[in-house]
Formats: sequence, structure tokens, C-alpha cells
Amino acid sequence: MGWKRGGRQTDGETRSIDRNALGIGIATGAYALSFGAISVASGLTILQTQTLSLFMFTGASQFAFVGVIGAGGGAVIAIVTAMLLGARNSLYALSLGPVLSQKRSAIPITALLTIDESTAMALRYDQSKKASRRAFFATGISVYVFWNIGTLFGSLGASALSDPGILGLDAAIPAGFLALLWPRLTGGSRSENRKMWALAITSAAVAVVLIPFLRPGLPVLFSALVAVAASLLWGKTSRPIEGE
Amino acid sequence: MWASILIASFGTYVEKLVGYLLPHHMLERESIRRMTGLLPVSMLAALVAVQTFAVDQTLAIDARLFGLGVAVVALLLRAPFLVVIIVAATSTAFVRWLGWLP
Repeated sequence: MGWKRGGRQTDGETRSIDRNALGIGIATGAYALSFGAISVASGLTILQTQTLSLFMFTGASQFAFVGVIGAGGGAVIAIVTAMLLGARNSLYALSLGPVLSQKRSAIPITALLTIDESTAMALRYDQSKKASRRAFFATGISVYVFWNIGTLFGSLGASALSDPGILGLDAAIPAGFLALLWPRLTGGSRSENRKMWALAITSAAVAVVLIPFLRPGLPVLFSALVAVAASLLWGKTSRPIEGE
Repeated sequence: MWASILIASFGTYVEKLVGYLLPHHMLERESIRRMTGLLPVSMLAALVAVQTFAVDQTLAIDARLFGLGVAVVALLLRAPFLVVIIVAATSTAFVRWLGWLP
């Protein structure tokens, strides 16, 4: 990882942050293999797939984007879907701003690295700003590197296959979304999890019912209205915004 | 295709940037915060359902549903992400190969 040891933090704390960051990076890198494969199976080129991982760099949005393209939903719906899923990153940035408190010149890179994993790590090591900052950047950089390496190998591997359907890659897509969703259904308190399950099942049902009536991609956008309705309905009950 | 990739990448990047640059009160409203937290749950659940049951604009029950069921079992057993995806894909391919489901 190339992080210098020492500084004013204790060595043990730094080591534990770096070790966790590396582990998270490797895990998401393995996941990126499937993104690369699915993206190529959806019709994107290797270079297009890599561009998404280099510049979009937010997993759920990337999966959704190639999912809509692959289903024939078209560019506009793919873009809107990716952006709605990415809206949570604005909130992450908002809560990280004061924690990371950095020079303005560092903001463009910091923004790029703002994802579920780096945010969760920065908020977990909140004993000092220094620890938070190291956790954020160690995790962000580690995930960025492994995510892009994984994407490349995944897309190279899938483009070597003649028919990805033979390997069941079409089933890998919903499984991938489910794996992204899972921590949000099981990570909270019991009553919170129940609410998330209710929201998820309702949204899924709405989308399925709409499939015959709307062009591909639109049912998922309509399901976003279920989230809007739920947030109005549930009023002041708060829930954490961190996922995985 | 390239245009939509670049627009989507730029858009999602600006979303990240906005949180650092805009005055805090714009995103601090509790209602917006709550809604943004719920959006991924709704949309990911809808994506799971659509990618499992849709063939263009018709509904179908095929081997993908079997693969999703296997993925649920893997998640319940706390399998890591990649394992979940690999067992879903290979089990789907397997029941297709057996000819049990299209």
C-alpha cells in the first residue's frame, strides 16, 4: 500500500487501519471481477468498462448503468438510474467534510474516493481527525486500485467467452444487486431491518408489475417513488446512511 | 455509448463533489437525508426483481430465479460477495445445462 509508517499516530492504530483498508480493497476487487464481466456481457467495450471504474467509481451506480444498457433501456434512463443511486455519495461527502477538513486543492481527489467503504471507515475511526483521514484515504486508495484491477481482469475474461449466458452471467447480475442490497436489509436494528425489508419487497413488487407497461429501465426509476413515499410516511424516524 | 458513459461518470462525480462544496444547509434537511438513505434500498430491490424476471417487456420465470435463490442461501451463510455471485452464476448455468429450466 506504500503508506509511510510513523507520524504522530500510534504504530498499532495505523497498522490496524491499513490492514483493514487492504482487506476491504481485496474484497471489493474480487467483486469488481464480476462487474467487468457483466459490463462486457451487457455490450460495453473493455475501455468503456474501465472508464466507468476509473471515473464513476461507485459500484451500485456502475452495475445499474450497465444493467439498464444491457436490458435495452437506453442512455437517458441509464444515466438517471446511476445518478439516483449515487445521490447518497453527496450525503457521505457532507458528513465527511468537517472530519477530513482539508485544503481546497485536495477536494477533487477526495471527492473521487468518496464511496460506501471509505466513508464507513472514516466514521469508524473517529477517535481523531488524523485517524479518520488515514482510514478514509487508505481505504479509498486501496479500493480504487483493486476495483480497477478487478474490473480489467473481469472484462478481459468475459470478452474471451463467446456466449456469457452459458456461464449464467445473466443470473450474476441480480445476485450482484442482491449482494449490494443485503447489508442494508440486515445491518440495522431489528425494527429498522423490518422496515427495510418492507420497503425492498414493495419496491420490487412495483417494478415487476410495471415491467409489461414501461420500456426497460423505467420500472426501476418508478420504484424510486416508493422510497420517496416511505420517507414521507416514516417521518422523523432516522436511520443510518452507511451501507456496506 | 461513449457520450452516456462520460455524462453518467461526470454526473456521479459531481454528486460527490457537491457535498464538499455546497453550503451545508442545502443537504442537511432531514427529509432529504432520509430520502437519500432509502433510495438505494428501493432501487437495488427493484433491480434484483427486474433482472430476475424481465425478458425485454415480458415476465418470465427461468433459471435466473434458481440462481437468485442460491444467492440468498449463500448470503444467509455469510459468504463473501464474489462467492455469492459465482455460485449464483454456476448454479444457473447448471440447471440450464440439465435442461430443467430455460
